[in-house]
Amino acid sequence: MGSLLKKRGWIIGFILAAILFPFVSQNEYFLHILTLAFIWMIAVYGLNLLAGYTGYLSLAHAGFFAIGAYTLGLLTVKAGLNYWIALVLACFLTSAIGAVVGLVALRTREHFFAIYTLCVGYIIYLVIDKWDSLTGGVRGLIGIPAPTSVGPISFQTPLSQYYLILFFLLFTVLVMYRIIHSLTGRTFIAIRNSEDLAQTIGISTMKNKLLVFVISTFFAGLAGALYASFIRFIGPDIGYITIIFDLLTYLLVGGIGTLAGPIVGTFLIVTVSQSLQFLQDYRMLIFGPLLTLLIIFYPRGIVGAYHDWRMKSLAKKKQQLNRKQTYVHTQSTETEKKIKEG
Amino acid sequence: MLIETKKLTKTFGGLVAVNEVDFTIEKGKINAIIGPNGAGKSTFFNLLSGSYSPTSGRIFYKGKDITKLPPNKIARLGVARTFQTTNLFEQSTVLDNVIVGHRLRTESNLLDAVLRTKRFKREEEKCRDKAMEVLDFVGLTHVRDQLAVSITQEEKKRVAFALALATDPEIVFLDEPTAGINPGETEGLADLMEKMVEQQITVCLIEHKMKMIMALADKIMVLNYGEKIAEGTAEEIMNNQAVIEAYLGGDASA
Amino acid sequence: MDILTQQLFNGLTIGSVYSLVALGLTLVYGILHIPNFAHGALYMLGAYITLTLMLLWGVHYWIAMAVSVLVVGLLGVIMDRLVFHPLRNAPPIHDKIAAIGILLFLEAFAQLIWGADYRTMETPYGQVIDLFGMTATMQRVLINIGAIVVMILLFLFLKKTYIGSTIIAMAQNREGAHLVGINTNKVAMLTFMISGGLAAIAASLSAPINLVFPGMGHLVILKAFVIIILGGMGSVPGAILGGYILGFTESLGATYLSNDYKDIIAFLMLVVILSIKPKGLFSREGF
Ligand SMILES: Nc1ncnc2c1ncn2[C@@H]1O[C@H](COP(=O)(O)OP(=O)(O)O)[C@@H](O)[C@H]1O
Ligand SMILES: [Mg+2]
Repeated sequence: MGSLLKKRGWIIGFILAAILFPFVSQNEYFLHILTLAFIWMIAVYGLNLLAGYTGYLSLAHAGFFAIGAYTLGLLTVKAGLNYWIALVLACFLTSAIGAVVGLVALRTREHFFAIYTLCVGYIIYLVIDKWDSLTGGVRGLIGIPAPTSVGPISFQTPLSQYYLILFFLLFTVLVMYRIIHSLTGRTFIAIRNSEDLAQTIGISTMKNKLLVFVISTFFAGLAGALYASFIRFIGPDIGYITIIFDLLTYLLVGGIGTLAGPIVGTFLIVTVSQSLQFLQDYRMLIFGPLLTLLIIFYPRGIVGAYHDWRMKSLAKKKQQLNRKQTYVHTQSTETEKKIKEG
Repeated sequence: MLIETKKLTKTFGGLVAVNEVDFTIEKGKINAIIGPNGAGKSTFFNLLSGSYSPTSGRIFYKGKDITKLPPNKIARLGVARTFQTTNLFEQSTVLDNVIVGHRLRTESNLLDAVLRTKRFKREEEKCRDKAMEVLDFVGLTHVRDQLAVSITQEEKKRVAFALALATDPEIVFLDEPTAGINPGETEGLADLMEKMVEQQITVCLIEHKMKMIMALADKIMVLNYGEKIAEGTAEEIMNNQAVIEAYLGGDASA
Repeated sequence: MDILTQQLFNGLTIGSVYSLVALGLTLVYGILHIPNFAHGALYMLGAYITLTLMLLWGVHYWIAMAVSVLVVGLLGVIMDRLVFHPLRNAPPIHDKIAAIGILLFLEAFAQLIWGADYRTMETPYGQVIDLFGMTATMQRVLINIGAIVVMILLFLFLKKTYIGSTIIAMAQNREGAHLVGINTNKVAMLTFMISGGLAAIAASLSAPINLVFPGMGHLVILKAFVIIILGGMGSVPGAILGGYILGFTESLGATYLSNDYKDIIAFLMLVVILSIKPKGLFSREGF
């Protein structure tokens, strides 16, 4: 039980820090950066469930992010729809397109899947870029409204947007936590581990992979829609490959296939690159090699490295206890629930 | 008769890996398939478990035609298997590796997981209990909480058994369960197989260790170049001229 | 009719470039099963190195290209040693991410050194000539001839030399090659060398008719992936054939369908192919 508290500890700590931050600093610029980071985190969580827990590296997710953003933008700007209805539609349209793409893409594996989704992402980008009459092409889409008020709560100020997007992030984390710590999550992990084995223990791999893909694109769409209403302007660039590379960097640095990874990685990279503003265009000079080094030496990122270290020191303790001929059973129940997020 | 194949054939391009094999597996017995490397034994297993679809021929399970069923459906009918190479999730504990094995006997879905429904809680419990039970059965309770990466080769084999057993099978196919394991441990695994049969679980295994097979198996089939060249009890196989020539190279003690 | 021949010639030219890039990609894939996303960056660097040598030191086009081939080839080898070699037994997702990391680095590097501007490469072969009644620049003719010469040389190397045949052997069976005493590490390095060299040749040949900029490898590499899936991952003739097929399709598509959407053709082609055959057109029959 103690470990359960410990594990939830970081989540509670993060929530508290995030809620309290605006009370500590009134700096609008920081608030803006953090809000943006929260949006990326939502998208990275979507990617993590697919790439980290199920083993399918999708390179189309920048495209799905853009679909979410453009759907919200077009529905509010051109169709004049209510913001919240548009938000819901944006998420569902993105996952519907995700379902169609997934149905075909998921029949391919490994490299073919990566290349296939890379091409799908590129097609989405090109369509947005070239379909001038609908999307405004390279000129982009301007004048996207901020979220409309819900009852007495209005979302016009940066602070209220901060909390709104934090709310969506926490919703995302909750959903992810519950999925991963369930039989459904175990099913996904079994597929990542070995698809052949998963099938022979009675798992319908296609059905489950499609489910993951749809959830994953849902969150990409949600992030995109939130981005559109936060920045209020979108261009085809948000669907370009560089965005998926950014998302991957966040995920890899934090720890792919870990629950805390998306938050840790995104927060770190976004804040570091903000403080290295002068590097903006050249940030990949650092992040590129970082990505490569991480995958060689710490394939599960910061969070994974931390868990390995914890496991090792636990094992060491256990050995010492063993040597003293002490009853060690208490330790083992503690490790019991430790693994899945690790 | 639990499983029956009729003229089961699988070709890869020009290569005939399994050639018109008729085979029956008796309920509650230990059945064995032997044959030199590349004889088509693993391919035969892959056909039975649905991992490969046969080029021609049929497979019946309890009289029902399962030739065209996908592997996950076959597993649900009560057919489990292990692979020649065990692939466990090394960063997980042994227990966590096995829990998912009972997933196929549960109904809870994504919504149950997100909303933490009663059914979710009940089934999580059920799968955990099942995993404990089979780990106890294969004698691994003591390493339950260790990471899969840290246990011995023999223990890994046992985990693979446990995972198969967690699916509540009526028959398990074991592909070279004792490969890469020392003689003492091999005996332990043989005992385990006998224990499975006592629990009404039919066993069918591929094996290289002749001595063990001859002592253990109730019924043996010999494959060579994809073809069945003999079938029968240990004694019949040992005295079969075709087998001695093709497989044992004239030396029955090999 | 006139437009058609012109477009066919265009297709041939584009196809030559695609084939060369795809060849490098398919060789590496065939031997090491790495989908080298960084290959596009090698292509881009190849163009920049040739361009820089010509502009800064007035080096002759062909010599500049030769240096570029060497440098990029070596870069390929370094990539193999530093990154792909340590990852040889890692899960397949790792190679891809590592390759993406290299790609990002090399692009940022190019931008740092050469800036983000689009540049043109002057060629000594800019004159317009008359070719069977149609006009073309000498450079375009050179692209076609150059590509064919390189392909023939590569073919001879793979088929007629001992080292070349070890590459083929390893592509067919890695473990087997190791068993018969082939130094698989050396073969891997050699393959990366050739692969980088091919990218540099393709880039240097085509740069005068295109533009040189840090992102110039993106589309080309994506299309090269389409080509090797079209032609069979790891297949040398497949890469050549696939390259020309895509070249023709695109140049005809640009004329008769839509110039705006011509880049989509390749990706739609791939999406259709993989939808029907999830393991590529020429996958060996598994199960
Ligand atoms: N997926 C496959 N594709 C092509 N050939 C295969 C495949 N699986 C097995 N084979 C071939 O089928 C033959 C039988 O293999 P296998 O069933 O593994 O033999 P065994 O298990 O008896 O050693 C071998 O020649 C092998 O190379
Ligand atoms: Mg075998």
